[in-house]
Amino acid sequence: MLKVEQIETFYGSSQALFGVSLEVREGEVVTLLGRNGMGKSTTIKSIMGLTPVTSGRITFNDKEIHALPSYRVARQGLGLVPEGRQIFPNLTVRENIMVGAAHYGGRKEPYTLAEALEIFPRLGERLNNYGNQLSGGEQQMLAVVRALMTTPKLLILDEATEGLAPLVRKEIWHGLGVLKARGQSILVIDKNLRALMTLADRHYIMEKGAVVWSGTTSEIADNEELKASYRGV
Amino acid sequence: MLLVIEQLLNGLQLGVTLFLMSAGLTLIFGIMRVINLAHGSFYMIGAYVAATVAARSGSFLLGLLVALPAAALVGMLVEIVVLRRLYKKDHVDQVLATFGLIMFFNELTRVVWGRQPLFMDVPSWLSGSVELIPGIPYPSYRIAVIGVGLLVAVFLYLMFTRTRIGMQIRAGASNRSMAGALGINIKLLYTLVFGLGTMLAGLAGVMAGPILAVEAGMGESILILTFVVIVIGGIGSVRGAFIGALLVGMIDTLGRAFLPAFFRLFLATAHADGVAASVASMSIYILMAIILVWRPKGLLPAHT
Ligand SMILES: Nc1ncnc2c1ncn2[C@@H]1O[C@H](COP(=O)(O)OP(=O)(O)O)[C@@H](O)[C@H]1O
Ligand SMILES: [Mg+2]
Repeated sequence: MLKVEQIETFYGSSQALFGVSLEVREGEVVTLLGRNGMGKSTTIKSIMGLTPVTSGRITFNDKEIHALPSYRVARQGLGLVPEGRQIFPNLTVRENIMVGAAHYGGRKEPYTLAEALEIFPRLGERLNNYGNQLSGGEQQMLAVVRALMTTPKLLILDEATEGLAPLVRKEIWHGLGVLKARGQSILVIDKNLRALMTLADRHYIMEKGAVVWSGTTSEIADNEELKASYRGV
Repeated sequence: MLLVIEQLLNGLQLGVTLFLMSAGLTLIFGIMRVINLAHGSFYMIGAYVAATVAARSGSFLLGLLVALPAAALVGMLVEIVVLRRLYKKDHVDQVLATFGLIMFFNELTRVVWGRQPLFMDVPSWLSGSVELIPGIPYPSYRIAVIGVGLLVAVFLYLMFTRTRIGMQIRAGASNRSMAGALGINIKLLYTLVFGLGTMLAGLAGVMAGPILAVEAGMGESILILTFVVIVIGGIGSVRGAFIGALLVGMIDTLGRAFLPAFFRLFLATAHADGVAASVASMSIYILMAIILVWRPKGLLPAHT
């Protein structure tokens, strides 16, 4: 459904992406791995139309999206859980969830508030709190639910477990597992390869603004060198 | 005592007029981070359009109904053509460009309507007076102005807290790119907010029409008070603007009404009146200074 072909992206005059290509197919969970500063977030921002790509092509269900403003990219059915969560601090939890709610065609029925909360029931108790009153883990769950409410065809998560306690991480992985079982396509960036092994179908590894390896979960499992460098923490 | 109540009502009336002006200005500044000196021009446009239509048709209401969309449309046009280019510029560029807009609109009104001020009649159905409190007649028109201002305040409150578009405006104000990534069309939202702000300024202008002379430059005298209001209230905060507007309206009105008597207690009459007039015109700036010492971001600063 998502095809990224040879994209290049610059911040001012410094180049961050040097011809990145990747693909996510319907129903897949795909990871984007790599150490800090390798261009993973930039790839995501380029897909979402948040940083302009200078060359290459991005299509989503065969429609070109690389020249669209980000709100129109989102409306094609891409839901973003961004790096750093970016919860709206001045909106309540309920408002954060509802503010982008729309039906961009990812499932037959749009999510209702109650359905979205089934994945992370803990949020249900905090609906009337403001975004800035939540713990890091709760903010992260909120960011996932907020993206789901747009009914995305493809959910994109950038470092969704960064800085969270192990138990909270588990809760987030569990939520993603539930979504995968429902057929949700997911593109996920994370440093914790071990947790992703059970969840993901395919992987891309980035270095210095380019994809240097790609393969399936069993190919990683058979590759001791890769497992050693990306086994995560 | 009667005089006090009458002056309190006058202060309230100035206050709600200032609120209509400052609600739009504080929104535009708080959300788009742009200093729009030309906000007073939409007050003037509202007054001119209403005065013209009312004079031709004989109907104040028709004047109002034409002036509101006119102020909103001109506002949205100005946002699309001029303001959009200024969002990423620094404040000096914004001040210069919007100051240019003031001169443009003042000149435009002179070209279209001439140099003579227009006068607008109070509609006949509001020309009487009402005894809100037995024994104190107060002009119906001014009561209507107060009522409209309070209604707008309630409307804005409900719009921001209860509606989806209000939620989206607040989300866009706090994190523009994240709101965009959720499918919210921020550019369109900004244009609509700008149009809402200029429509409220136009409404203030229409309502001031029968009280003041409708003339080029009328927007600038109220603009200064409006800036005082949004600084006192906390930039970006509509609730702050409401409180600030009532405070400024009251202090300004009561100062002008009662300071002369106060100074006559211990100064010769002629001298007292002169001192009182200067102190009264300074009073809101003194108020602003005191509030800023106490709360440097204003009374109710908006969330960042
Ligand atoms: N807003 C920015 N402005 C300038 N350079 C940036 C910006 N964001 C990221 N970079 C640079 O681009 C490169 C890739 O960063 P990023 O995509 O955030 O990496 P990752 O997500 O893999 O950690 C890094 O060298 C980083 O310093
Ligand atoms: Mg990153």
